[in-house]
Amino acid sequence: MGKTVIEKIFEKHTRDEVKVGNIIWLDIDTRTARDFGGPNVVKRLYDNYGEDVQVDDPEKTFFTFDTVAPAKTIPYANNQHFCRQFAKKRGIKVYDVDSGIGSHIAIEKGLCWPGSTFVGTDSHLNILGSVGAFGQGMGDADIAFAFKTGKTWFEVPPTIKIVFKGKPYKFPVTAKDLTLFTLRKLGSKGALGRAIEFYGEVIDNMNLYERITLSSMVTEMGGIIGFITPNEEILEHFRNVKNEPNIQPVIADEDAEYENVIEIDISELKPQIACPPKPDNVKDVEEVEGTPVDSVFIGSCTNGRYEDIELAVRIFKHFKVKDGVMVKVVPSTREVFGKLLKDGLLDILYEAGVIVSNPGCGGCASGQIGMTGKGEVQISTSNRNFRGKQGDGDTYLASPVVAAVCAVTGKITDPVKFLKEKGVI
Amino acid sequence: MKIKGKVWVLKDKEGNLISDIDTDMIFHNRYLAITDINEMGQYALDNLEGWEDFPKKAKKGDVVIAGENFGSGSSRQQAVDCFKALGIALIVAKSFGAIYKRNAINSALPIIEARNIEEIEATDGDEIEVDIDTGLIVNLKNGKKTYAKPFSKVQKEILEAGGLFEFAKKLDV
Ligand code: SF4
Repeated sequence: MGKTVIEKIFEKHTRDEVKVGNIIWLDIDTRTARDFGGPNVVKRLYDNYGEDVQVDDPEKTFFTFDTVAPAKTIPYANNQHFCRQFAKKRGIKVYDVDSGIGSHIAIEKGLCWPGSTFVGTDSHLNILGSVGAFGQGMGDADIAFAFKTGKTWFEVPPTIKIVFKGKPYKFPVTAKDLTLFTLRKLGSKGALGRAIEFYGEVIDNMNLYERITLSSMVTEMGGIIGFITPNEEILEHFRNVKNEPNIQPVIADEDAEYENVIEIDISELKPQIACPPKPDNVKDVEEVEGTPVDSVFIGSCTNGRYEDIELAVRIFKHFKVKDGVMVKVVPSTREVFGKLLKDGLLDILYEAGVIVSNPGCGGCASGQIGMTGKGEVQISTSNRNFRGKQGDGDTYLASPVVAAVCAVTGKITDPVKFLKEKGVI
Repeated sequence: MKIKGKVWVLKDKEGNLISDIDTDMIFHNRYLAITDINEMGQYALDNLEGWEDFPKKAKKGDVVIAGENFGSGSSRQQAVDCFKALGIALIVAKSFGAIYKRNAINSALPIIEARNIEEIEATDGDEIEVDIDTGLIVNLKNGKKTYAKPFSKVQKEILEAGGLFEFAKKLDV
């Protein structure tokens, strides 16, 4: 019987038998901790091995400070500095508060690569499925163990195959709409404890930033990870940054055994929006049109790439933010920020009346760019809208295009209708 | 290896095995400030209706039986450690929450999944014997049997070492 992607990646990283349901020891290529969870990882290491503790391999170990960047309270500052001192003594590289979101850094800098294994304290590390790598978020004990030994144990999950049918979407419909639509079909438990593999013409056509968006929300589908087979462009990127011309994708066998095959027809895909208070509470945007909007957040690991922000700029170059609406844009990494700056996109955002901040998790985590207040309606391009996650207000999840259109009209608006009316498309 | 012990079957008033016992029912968040494991036992299950007095009844070496999705909810380690503090020898459930499973294995609390645990028709106080290598569960009171998913090699290794970090010390690293 053939093997799925996860089984093939695992086989290259273990000496145990890779079979669905088996718990195996996995060799971990890259181990990370962020400013959330990181201090506890260090404490666990100190408690168990003393202050002189060494890690398995400093070259494969990283800190990424992305949730509160820079630290906005003394406890956060203390925690970050505690990790910095630990790292410095052991020669561990810290991607500090200027760098951006850890999972995106991993892709940009080649800390992960197709077929590699990667763990850290970020619950959205499965985003690395977007480049055909195995990424997984875990608790601080598990990550401390991985720092110390280079290993973790994992139960081999069954895989479900999702095949998209119908012709690919086009602007102003985006990968986020496809992602929310998939979540709408699967629900929050649809992929519980499962790995997913995504296929279909639409997937083949997706660029890296779109793949990131889809893989990032597998967590919200209950899934362990969602794999997309890397295309030539993505492979080239990793071959270049890692200076390893032989990097190849891991591809499932033709006769791989899937628990289930789900077909999703996207020929009629319309702009989607996840209504509060749950990510899988997804509707067509046109069903909730007219709800007044107070603020907009464009960024996060789901939609913080250059191309995501460029999608919003396509709106902001024609229209200004409506008076009284607060719009925040947070690039996912320093590289993204630099490109926005050099290409003049920050200028357009500035002229439209948008707040732009330094890179990081932004409005998604503990609020380097603010939270929502009671009664505030926010449109966010991130991945979770649970009550309290982004503040006391009501958060709707949508694409950068939907978010930008809502920012200029001041209410929930279907971008297809709006842009047609205005003669933009 | 075999584990033998008297069982506590977590049933509701109607006599059904309780499912979805979450970490707040096992170890309520009002006790989260407690970090000493010896203090934790007295609060085990004290937020599960009908089982508030569990810590007083349970004895070292007892076995707990529950329904589906035992330990769902938050990632708190105390929901595992409170049973360790009481000396519970094994938790048998129809299924476990994913994080609970990781936490239990990491801290060497034996847990086992038995989809058809009703088959042994156990009531409180019955003695059962569980072979963790084959998964065979026998109710010694009535002779009824069922099979659970046996322990994996990894789970056994961590259990024998006495926890994830103890195990790491034995690894050649
Ligand atoms: S942007 Fe939000 S979901 Fe993504 S890594 Fe940061 S905190 Fe987590």
